[in-house]
Amino acid sequence: MKPFGAIWRLPRWAVRTAPPVLVFMAMLAAWEAYVRLRHVPAYILPSPSLVLETLVTDRGTLFPALLVTLKTTLGALAAAVLGGVGLAVLFAQWKWVERSFLPFAIVLQVTPIIAIAPLLLIYLEAPSAVLVCAFLVAFFPILSNTALGLASADRNLIDLFKLYRATRWQTLIYLRLPAALPYFLGGLRIGGGLALIGAIAAELAAGNAGKGAGLAFRIAEAGYRLNIPRMFAALTLISAAGIAIFAALSVLSAALLGRWHESAAGPER
Amino acid sequence: MLDSSCGRASDIALPWPVWAWPAALDAYDAAMMVELVTKPLVSLRNAGKIYKNGTVALAGLDLDVREGEFLTLLGPSGCGKSTILRLIAGLDSVSSGTLTRGLARDRASIGFVFQDPTLMPWASVFDNVFLGLRLQGISRRDAAPVVNEVLALVGLGAEATAFPRELSGGMRMRVSIARALVLHPPLLLMDEPFAALDEITRFKLNDDLLTLHGELATTIVFVTHSVYESVYLSHRIAVMAARPGRIIEEIAISAPSPRAKNFRTSTAYANFCAQASLALQGAMDEVLK
Repeated sequence: MKPFGAIWRLPRWAVRTAPPVLVFMAMLAAWEAYVRLRHVPAYILPSPSLVLETLVTDRGTLFPALLVTLKTTLGALAAAVLGGVGLAVLFAQWKWVERSFLPFAIVLQVTPIIAIAPLLLIYLEAPSAVLVCAFLVAFFPILSNTALGLASADRNLIDLFKLYRATRWQTLIYLRLPAALPYFLGGLRIGGGLALIGAIAAELAAGNAGKGAGLAFRIAEAGYRLNIPRMFAALTLISAAGIAIFAALSVLSAALLGRWHESAAGPER
Repeated sequence: MLDSSCGRASDIALPWPVWAWPAALDAYDAAMMVELVTKPLVSLRNAGKIYKNGTVALAGLDLDVREGEFLTLLGPSGCGKSTILRLIAGLDSVSSGTLTRGLARDRASIGFVFQDPTLMPWASVFDNVFLGLRLQGISRRDAAPVVNEVLALVGLGAEATAFPRELSGGMRMRVSIARALVLHPPLLLMDEPFAALDEITRFKLNDDLLTLHGELATTIVFVTHSVYESVYLSHRIAVMAARPGRIIEEIAISAPSPRAKNFRTSTAYANFCAQASLALQGAMDEVLK
């Protein structure tokens, strides 16, 4: 009799997802047991069950804040895609554009966003400043990856397009953009996570309360009040949002690259 | 599998298409006749190519490519075979001497098959073959009959929706050949297209290529390292030496086309191979001097 024979009969997706889920459940169980057995107070370390309970009881505060943060993140990501891809296309078409603008893009990338945020808050309304901060951190990976992809089209294919007297536009549409797609999607996955981080960092810097407050403000606010379970609950929502963004972009990547790219396709012939 | 309606025999200046020559015509006379009745499609005179880094790729090169012929450039690595193809294709220009082309400078005049299939991995087989027509502004619907015809010609009619990574190496190379043929170019340039394939696949593709050449009457300039392949395929072999690249000998392969089934095992084939090998040895000796 084969060991673990029953496991091999499970669907492939179940076999793939079971180990991390089981590890996660075991960690939660250990955490819960530690808090209960050692009688750790909730203002030091709340148990997972209490965090879950807080998620439900404080949903009226936490979920609108999640929506605000998500709206900022997705808006910034969309702007980063438009700006990053647009500028990368300009870089690929005219080298002088790349030479002129790339240094400034690098300066924005290497300057910590937490240092830029207070300055932006002086010139812009808080929601706009938060959006710009999230955009700035998500923009560079999309720009640099897409620019790399556009420049990585096969040399022989470029020669073939020259031989066929393809216009610059045709070469961009039929060769450079499809060749850059895997690179762009890699940058998009990085940018998606960074947009959320940028939004949270800027929200913390902005610290604005009221109806338009995001999850980061709720964390800070809960910290001032020593409402540790709510801090954990807000943190859980941020993590869940990050995972959801990554998963959605992975699904998009698989859908676009599925049949032809090594990263997404099955074994070749 | 093969459909002669794809050919453009009427585009050739011969009084009759190559494939229509009487079978009884003496092979040697046929080879001589190609030389007599055809004008050069491409002429290189005293041509030289020096790259920006100072490498002298070609020097004092004289070469005619005649309409309808199958010409092979045979030589060691680095002797400038691929450079000649790039010059003929217009992807590079001569540094000295002249290059004249007797064909229209439009999108459809030259087909190119690279050493690697060089397919667009994101596009289906159909879309890869469709490329040349798409760049001419022809719609997919209008192009479909032509693309499907060429795919059938190379034996890939059933693979139109497959993606390159789903194909074997030999099938990918067939797609590459189909892509080059879809525009019915009067001149087809092939840069060691079968070098990376196993012997059995290579033999099969050699036969298929000769059949296509007979059907389509396209002029072919073929680059290879292989003496055996060059003799099997060609009307004429130009043997090249390196440093700088130049032609040191031309060998006319006066064997009947299409090749007889036993040609690979015939004495004539062995003799031509010996002749080409000696010439290639001479090319290597030139380099060592």
